[in-house]
Amino acid sequence: MSALTGTVALTRLAFRRDRVALPAWITGLSALMAAFAAMTVGALATEQDVIHETEFMAGNPALRMLGLASGPTVGGYAMIRSHVTLAILAVLMSVFAVVRHTRQSEATGRSELVGSAVVGRYGSLASAVVVTVAANAVLAVALGLALIANGQPVEGSFVAGASIAGVGLVFTGVAAVTSQLSSSSRGANGTAVAALGFAFLLSGVGNMLGSVDTSGLRVVSAWPAWLSPIGWGQQMRPFGGDHWWPLILFAASFIVLLGIAGALAARRDFGRGLLREQPGPADARPGLLSPLGLIRRLQRGAVRGWAIGMLGFGLVFGAVSGSADDLEGSAREWYRRMGGTDEIADAYLTSIVSMAAMAIAVCTVQLLLRVRAEEPEGPLESVLATAVSRPRWAVSQVLSTWLTAAGLLLLFALGMGLTAGQVLGDTAGQLRGLTGAVLAQLPGIMVISGCVTAAVGVLPRWSVPVSWSVLLASILLGPLFGPTLNMPQWAQNISVFTHAARAPAAEVTAGPIAVLTVISLALVAAGTVSFRRRSLVLPA
Amino acid sequence: MTTAISVSGLVKQFGTTRALDGLDLTVRAGEVHGFLGPNGAGKTTTLRILLGLLRADGGSVRLLGGDPWREAVNLHRRLAYVPGEVNLWPNLTGGEVIDLLGALRGGLDLKRRTVLLERFQLDPAKKCRAYSKGNRQKVALVAALASDVELYLLDEPTSGLDPLMEAVFQGVVQELRDAGRTVLLSSHILAEVETLCDRVTIIRAGRTAESGTFDELRHLSRTTVAVETRRPLGTLRELPGIHDVRVDGTRACFSVDPDELGGVLRHLVEFDVRSLTSSPPTLEELFLRHYEDGAAAQAAPGPGGAR
Repeated sequence: MSALTGTVALTRLAFRRDRVALPAWITGLSALMAAFAAMTVGALATEQDVIHETEFMAGNPALRMLGLASGPTVGGYAMIRSHVTLAILAVLMSVFAVVRHTRQSEATGRSELVGSAVVGRYGSLASAVVVTVAANAVLAVALGLALIANGQPVEGSFVAGASIAGVGLVFTGVAAVTSQLSSSSRGANGTAVAALGFAFLLSGVGNMLGSVDTSGLRVVSAWPAWLSPIGWGQQMRPFGGDHWWPLILFAASFIVLLGIAGALAARRDFGRGLLREQPGPADARPGLLSPLGLIRRLQRGAVRGWAIGMLGFGLVFGAVSGSADDLEGSAREWYRRMGGTDEIADAYLTSIVSMAAMAIAVCTVQLLLRVRAEEPEGPLESVLATAVSRPRWAVSQVLSTWLTAAGLLLLFALGMGLTAGQVLGDTAGQLRGLTGAVLAQLPGIMVISGCVTAAVGVLPRWSVPVSWSVLLASILLGPLFGPTLNMPQWAQNISVFTHAARAPAAEVTAGPIAVLTVISLALVAAGTVSFRRRSLVLPA
Repeated sequence: MTTAISVSGLVKQFGTTRALDGLDLTVRAGEVHGFLGPNGAGKTTTLRILLGLLRADGGSVRLLGGDPWREAVNLHRRLAYVPGEVNLWPNLTGGEVIDLLGALRGGLDLKRRTVLLERFQLDPAKKCRAYSKGNRQKVALVAALASDVELYLLDEPTSGLDPLMEAVFQGVVQELRDAGRTVLLSSHILAEVETLCDRVTIIRAGRTAESGTFDELRHLSRTTVAVETRRPLGTLRELPGIHDVRVDGTRACFSVDPDELGGVLRHLVEFDVRSLTSSPPTLEELFLRHYEDGAAAQAAPGPGGAR
């Protein structure tokens, strides 16, 4: 019996299990593609519109993170707006499918049944990969057809489809590896999605730091974009050159990843990942034995990830702070408005500080909702049945989160100050200036986390969507996107980030800081009191 | 203080569902009290109200002389709780969870912790995600039983344990009783309640159906008799207080109301009894009868159950 025995039977089983899920994913993605294309065709009626909008997307550094401009075409513009979104969804489809048929089947004991039959070692992995690759192939064609149906050129349409499905293909390989590493499906999915986040960051930073060619309509990406599968997809430049050759990058990395997954599969036991479940301490360390200690432990994994991310963010953007001076046209204008000063170096630093604050606000929402999940998932019942009062629990998580936010801000300032100091000179001065600037952002972040605490207290069942909506609205209405999207001033004033300090471009004033701090404390107080007064929402 | 828990007329509403509908429950200090009911009768809801985790919509609740909603923290220092569905933190070890919950309650008896880990044969160095359901239950049990408190609230604590561990659990509860502690043990396992409990409260659809010692409750039930005679038994059906009669020539099997047992036996003697076995009503039968009666009553629209 070979290691692949039974693959055909398992593949048929996998197709049968996914006969609804995968077609639904592919149909949904194609519909989304068609909607993006139809919207673009409708909105960009004249050649002038296409040039104007593409110029705007190419010139704006923040928007460049979201899409790569490849010249003035309707299809090209649709891809600027939709490529990242669709690529991320294609990756999720692929990762979930691979993990469903490998790690999850093992965890639920299904593959134990199957594995005792005539099935080789690689049978389940191979069948998962076959099914997922097939799904991506169908997806590539379906996306192409969705574009052709909207009157787009045939070759560009299929290049576009392939540029999205190719990313799915690479992450099929990534998921094949992570499902060997991790012994839970949650872990396998999580690791693959973290890799996706990294890929997005690389392509986004690469495009942001790229340069616009003389026409002002085509962005040439910087090197980080070339390290990311999402970047490779964008470099296929559908409707703006139609390069097929990046497919080689997709295929090569897929084959390498598959090889790694196969090698790992041969080295592990059934039901376990290669990263074994290590036994832990039989007794708790004293640091754990308080609500604050428990909360910090629950948030630990996420905090570590964010710490690395924010330090890296600071290092990268500090390192390129010298190039701000070379910016021209709409890009320069954007930084000036965002930073609120004509001094372009300061405007750049201020814009990046503001972005870091928004990123850390995202982190605080994630951390607080992580602890919030203790209630519907059940462990909170055991905690609140001890001598821990509800206000103590609520305040501990806010405190832990605020401390984390302050630490992340300082880490970011450290990273950015060190590299910016190298480029602009006066490292000590940069560090000092940035430390003050980032700490002035803390009250705004505190208001966002106050909103989460209030939502958990007052609207426990809706706290997750409410919290993310508040955050999303604050970011979209804030200085990063609000002016660009032509939001009226009253709408921009809703965002807490509109009121945050603009240091180092402008002096930090005590007034707004005091007001934001008071608002955040009031929100936390309101959330804590409501949490004290309501019934818990526990699992049945 | 002689009353550890006193609940009267307790009402809890979840949306349109009335989970508790005028529940009464009295637990005396120093007793092991069984809290019996089928799934969805409202046992867990009652315990969560006793812990101040849920807010009562009506009725009065006193626990260790205090109001569990207002004085939760102080009361919690004096009690330990094992939830019905033990949800733990997947990345903490069992030992860490035991220490954590003990510390949050106000201290743990480390010697007892060691002894209990030994008796329950639990490996405290494993991560909670690696434990089976039974082992997670053991973690919660050790965390609760290693605390030196007045009152133990245990919500179906043995539902995941194997018979060997169930025996260990019963031993530990006997010791608590001997030490004068109060235990409220919710369960739908009757044998367990019968072995351990001094008194029992039976709950159905959010209401107290019956409450008392087993002896008191047995008066409400029937004795089962199996008899074999030399002469064929006639029909027995017209005897007062006799039920479920099955006669097969010289053999018969039936149940009798406790007050009519003497009369029935006198009647049997005339047929020259060769052998006779009588068994006292088990709680099982008591329980089933309650729910059969209840089911009949429930055929009319009534409040739906919830935990």
